[in-house]
Amino acid sequence: MTTTARDTVLGRIRDALALAPVPDTSVPRDYRTGRTLPDEERLALLTHRLVDYKAKVYPCTRERTAEVIADVLRERGARRIGVPAGLDEQWLTAYDGEVRQDSADIPAPSLDALDGVVTASAVSCAETGTIFLDGSADQGRRALSLVPDLHVCVVDLSSVVVGVPEAVARLVPERPTTLISGPSATSDIELERVEGVHGPRTLAVVIRTDA
Amino acid sequence: MSTFLGMPATPPRSPYGTGNLRGDRKFPKAAHDELRNEQLRRNLGKATRTIRTKRLGVTGELPDWEQLRDAGSAIKTDTMNRLPELLEQLEQKVTEHGGTVHWARDGAEANEIVARLVRATGSSDVIKVKSMATQEIGLNEHLESIGITPYETDLAELIVQLADDKPSHILVPAIHRNRDEIRQIFLDEIPGVDPDLDNVPAHLAAAARAYLREKFMTTKVAVSGANFGIAETGTLSVVESEGNGRMCLTLPDTLITVMGIEKVLPRYQDLEVFLQLLPRSSTGERMNPYTSMWTGVTPGDGPQDFHLVLLDNGRTAALADTIGREALNCIRCSACLNVCPVYERTGGHAYGSTYPGPIGAVLTPQLAGMDAAEDDPNSSLPYASSLCGACFDACPVKIDIPSMLVELRHQHTEQSGTTAEKLAMKAAAGVMKRPKLFAAAQKAAALGRIAGGRDGTISHLPAPLSGWSDSRDTPAPPKQTFRSWLASAEGAATMSAAAEEGARHTADDHEEDR
Ligand code: SF4
Repeated sequence: MTTTARDTVLGRIRDALALAPVPDTSVPRDYRTGRTLPDEERLALLTHRLVDYKAKVYPCTRERTAEVIADVLRERGARRIGVPAGLDEQWLTAYDGEVRQDSADIPAPSLDALDGVVTASAVSCAETGTIFLDGSADQGRRALSLVPDLHVCVVDLSSVVVGVPEAVARLVPERPTTLISGPSATSDIELERVEGVHGPRTLAVVIRTDA
Repeated sequence: MSTFLGMPATPPRSPYGTGNLRGDRKFPKAAHDELRNEQLRRNLGKATRTIRTKRLGVTGELPDWEQLRDAGSAIKTDTMNRLPELLEQLEQKVTEHGGTVHWARDGAEANEIVARLVRATGSSDVIKVKSMATQEIGLNEHLESIGITPYETDLAELIVQLADDKPSHILVPAIHRNRDEIRQIFLDEIPGVDPDLDNVPAHLAAAARAYLREKFMTTKVAVSGANFGIAETGTLSVVESEGNGRMCLTLPDTLITVMGIEKVLPRYQDLEVFLQLLPRSSTGERMNPYTSMWTGVTPGDGPQDFHLVLLDNGRTAALADTIGREALNCIRCSACLNVCPVYERTGGHAYGSTYPGPIGAVLTPQLAGMDAAEDDPNSSLPYASSLCGACFDACPVKIDIPSMLVELRHQHTEQSGTTAEKLAMKAAAGVMKRPKLFAAAQKAAALGRIAGGRDGTISHLPAPLSGWSDSRDTPAPPKQTFRSWLASAEGAATMSAAAEEGARHTADDHEEDR
């Protein structure tokens, strides 16, 4: 039997560790974890970060969700939108455009025909202005929130945590997870920031302060 | 089993003459030409200054930045100590979740694996997410040679690829190009581009968006690298800005990820450290616009065929060096490039490798060696530094690059047996331990600038450098400040010579002490 690449590489690593042993080390985790802040402060921090990274922010109450979503879509001229199968139907009751429910058998490229998409979210990190999507039924598959040019994302304040460790602790590792911090951007040409390359050029965040 | 217990063998470097881990000439020569490129210097100066400022701003925001660095450094050290078990765990988890894991001893083997996987899909095109590992092994070149067209989808990588160019910076690979050049490259190379395209960055980005969107929608196979691979869960991660990564990781049927074995992390929780360290050190943002994390295959979401290629290519050789292995801790943030006075003047091309700047100067010789051929260009890389220490201060995982450079210089001189370099090195090491003497030598070297003649070379230096300068001319690149001259390879060489002098004097002093 010939030696497999796997055996060879693992064997080389063991040899290397024998040749150049380095004492075992424990990992000091003295950085900040488990932080909490009152609702108002988390809201203010998240809003500041989102705006700083060029996202549009629409605070609202649970009751006004549908109204605000409809306003945002109208404002952006979105006539045809996609939604994940598990999105709360109540959220679209004020919208008068065409709504297409996504499903796995729709070829992802055809999502390009949508003007926008509305999704919920799993967790958000206030300190970095990051929204985490985890592919749950109200967030949909990854392509859905990627291909259309407008992403309207609903964030409940109760799902907003202070920092990155608090956010990572809430994730389910096996779920396909996307971290979104503002719209897509590039600084590749003379370091000049350009918003919107391949991902949605507009990120509108509807923050429900009582949810 | 063909493994046997015995004396551990030193693992091999990346095979000579393969991939992109070696330039065709030595650093001082390459740097000398690059130094004449005014545009490169202007662009780089602006880029590194801007990113530096942003990085300081966002790292200063975190009161626990140092604690995060300590954690990041320790996690990496721990990872390397447990690499076999962690890789086996990663393999097991990825497999459990429907992925397939491949192992590659070197770049050529990885290239073959990827080529075979692409062929099996029947596709003659692949879309690519910016990946240093695939650049290192020359995957694009290999795929092209067998009739498969790779499309780079990161804007800067696209510019570099269309211009048949090489990246000059880890983070902003096309920073050596200005907007007019990019406009011309697009006009020449993108089929059907609007002939009235102007040079406004937003418009250029829009042209790239239109061109690549069609590729994203139609290409069945994507190739990516990975920033992190979590052993505990089998989760892989790509950190990016433009959304091209999300496109590649989400839309195709088949995803092939090439990951260096050192990119594994033990626990999912470790992401809480690196998702803070990386963006803030890299682009100077609190968080990059997009990060994707996926575990094997998810039914109904993304590629249903997932392959992970684990790459050695000299990494185990680096691991076999107590000091050199620290280079494997690098998370490719590029902070060390942006603070390096040598890099800022010469740019990335002078290093001749996929990995430029301070980390490149230590990682490249670790991966590919510097003694395989008599005049190996890599042997000059450890000298591409003034040992000012800025890289160490900036590094989010606290890699002590200056000490590694000194060690590599030592290894090189030991191997090469060049007596002059050996002496200089010994002396330099001596001087560096004596800050006062180092400062004195710096002052002495400053006089060299003044002595620069009309022909652009320094042919005579005042004592104590005179002995050294008589034997060969020191080129004094025009229009340079002393600091940049000092930072250049020539400057560094002069410093070594000065140090040698200094050390001799110190030795004499000690004689008198007795
Ligand atoms: S050596 Fe440190 S500073 Fe340089 S790229 Fe790697 S992680 Fe970043």
